[in-house]
Amino acid sequence: MNKIFEQFGTHRHAALILLMLLLAVVLPLGLDIFRLNLIGKYLSYSFVAVGLVMLWGYGGILSLGQGVYFGLGGYCMAMFLKLEASDPVSTKIQTTPGIPDFMDWNQITALPLLWQPFRHLPLALLAVVLVPGLLAFVLGVAMFKRRVSGVYFAIMTQAVALILSVLIIGQQGYTGGVNGITDLKTLLGWDIRTDRAHYILYFVNVALLGLVILGCQWIQQSKLGTLLLAMRDKEDRVRFSGYDVASFRTFVFCLAAALAAIGGAMFTLQVGFMSPSFVGIVPSIELVIFTAIGGRMSLIGAVYGTLLVNLGKTYFSESFPDLWLFLMAALFIGVVMAFPDGLAGIYSARIRPWLLNRRGIQAASSVTQAGNPARP
Amino acid sequence: MSPSELFNIVIMQGFAGFSLFSVLLLMGLGLAIIFGQMGVINMAHGEFMTIGAYTIYLASHLSETFAPGLMPYYFPPAILLAFIAAFAVGWLAEWLLIRHLYKRPLDTLLATWGLSLGMQQVFRSTFGPKEVSPTLPDWLLGSWSPMAGLDIPINGLFVMALTLVVCAVVFLAMFRSRWGLRVRATVANRAMANATGIDTRRTDRITYAIGCGIAGMAGAAFTTIGSTGPTSGSLYIVDAFLVVTFGGAASLLGTIASAFSISQVQSIAEFFLTGSMAKVLTLSLILLILMMRPQGLFASKVRR
Repeated sequence: MNKIFEQFGTHRHAALILLMLLLAVVLPLGLDIFRLNLIGKYLSYSFVAVGLVMLWGYGGILSLGQGVYFGLGGYCMAMFLKLEASDPVSTKIQTTPGIPDFMDWNQITALPLLWQPFRHLPLALLAVVLVPGLLAFVLGVAMFKRRVSGVYFAIMTQAVALILSVLIIGQQGYTGGVNGITDLKTLLGWDIRTDRAHYILYFVNVALLGLVILGCQWIQQSKLGTLLLAMRDKEDRVRFSGYDVASFRTFVFCLAAALAAIGGAMFTLQVGFMSPSFVGIVPSIELVIFTAIGGRMSLIGAVYGTLLVNLGKTYFSESFPDLWLFLMAALFIGVVMAFPDGLAGIYSARIRPWLLNRRGIQAASSVTQAGNPARP
Repeated sequence: MSPSELFNIVIMQGFAGFSLFSVLLLMGLGLAIIFGQMGVINMAHGEFMTIGAYTIYLASHLSETFAPGLMPYYFPPAILLAFIAAFAVGWLAEWLLIRHLYKRPLDTLLATWGLSLGMQQVFRSTFGPKEVSPTLPDWLLGSWSPMAGLDIPINGLFVMALTLVVCAVVFLAMFRSRWGLRVRATVANRAMANATGIDTRRTDRITYAIGCGIAGMAGAAFTTIGSTGPTSGSLYIVDAFLVVTFGGAASLLGTIASAFSISQVQSIAEFFLTGSMAKVLTLSLILLILMMRPQGLFASKVRR
């Protein structure tokens, strides 16, 4: 029993509980539904950031193509919602009723085979995780088995992001092109555009995020987490100890992809559309920046980083559109140069010892905290 | 369609590929020096290209307003100016930013991406969000038709010639000059190079700046085939990285071969497919080949 309390009282759990209190109690009480929906949108990005902490912070693999998986997840969800929104009755003015409007505009007369599985919600939900996961698996196996890593891996993932965004924009009849998939209305007859639905989706999002972070913390504390760290720092030693480095890397890459996809699906549900502007290179790098600013070693930090950067972006691009890019540039450079461990690094290196000192507790206990190891 | 017409189309389409080849190669060469030799992931490379392009635009604008008589002659000196401008900014960037990050290659990526964002905003505030193009001298316009039905644009020929000259100079500098020797020594073994009295920090700075300068010249070449906007450079950045990676990062010869094959595949595919599908096809091919052969076409024999 004591052990459970010890576990419960650890730093990481306290941080998670604090985050959940903020997201599930403070923000819903303090913000109107429009702002809360905006926060929900940012939180859907934070799934990707949490995945990147596992992939980049723990695995040491930087992917510049997480937008791909975010987008694929979002598109899988959007395809289902779009099919539901384009039932034969509401699309009877089209040449071919019952298919999405953009297909009709592009002279497509039957639903393409690719879209057929998305008539069913269970299949669509499965696809949200499986399609990005499978892509990540194929790419991961192909690259990690040949020991592509570091910079080259980053460039390849970036190329995938470019390919997918060009493909989606080019194949307008099948994907909705630049506009993406818009006008999503209902989920199994439940209108997702009402305030009530926004509230419910927000809480679903927060709960999912909490579960995802718990799961990732569990992985970090397990042997797998230790191995990931070991592979990041001394890849060859782990390989010589008999571990298959490629498989572990593929696993964490798939994990990050699946998390990003969940985020994408939540994004589609809350915002009501999906477009290629979330797939390409620029959004993918922005996702990395959220993680870097929050702290690439901290799951909780990544969520705060995502929220802060996006709030800043919304505020500055509304009030000082010219300044925003400069500020973003300064953030990038400043974080990389001065605070490689981001907000979480600042917290655990400066603020936490100071707080502990004030409370008269020996600062030495803070050193034991995992997740602040020497940088490679 | 008669065989001779078909032949002409093949030649012209191939030549369109050569213009793309020139820009890709000039971008790739600069990047091959910075990324291949120094290991710095210069995401701001496209913006250095844009600096070059805007320099040409400024030069054309200035000579148009102040010395219209010089219009036919401004272009060649402006190319040199483009090099110098990009070189200077690159030198500054290395001194302020890059030199602190040599030990963390993935972080250079993030920092230079930030740099590129800042530079894009500077371009936008200075030159406006609209695309601009310089007034090209008359001798660059028009086309050369060696026979009926075959039109080869002169600006394409000029860009080709420029690319050839730059390549030759880079190769001479890399393999026949003291600077090249120092760069190669630093890349091969930094500690040993230091021990033999090479100032590796200075070598790094000049190398980075020269790579940026070549990107500036790529921008000069770019102005003859397209118009310049604040984000023009970022359109080429992934292609440039793929050119270098596909060629084999540390091999300049590989960069030339891969720029050639990528641009030709893309321009031939553009003839049969839409532009976007041609791009998808080309990039996917490169990606597939890179998955089979991660070291690229010409693998380096440098021991790491």
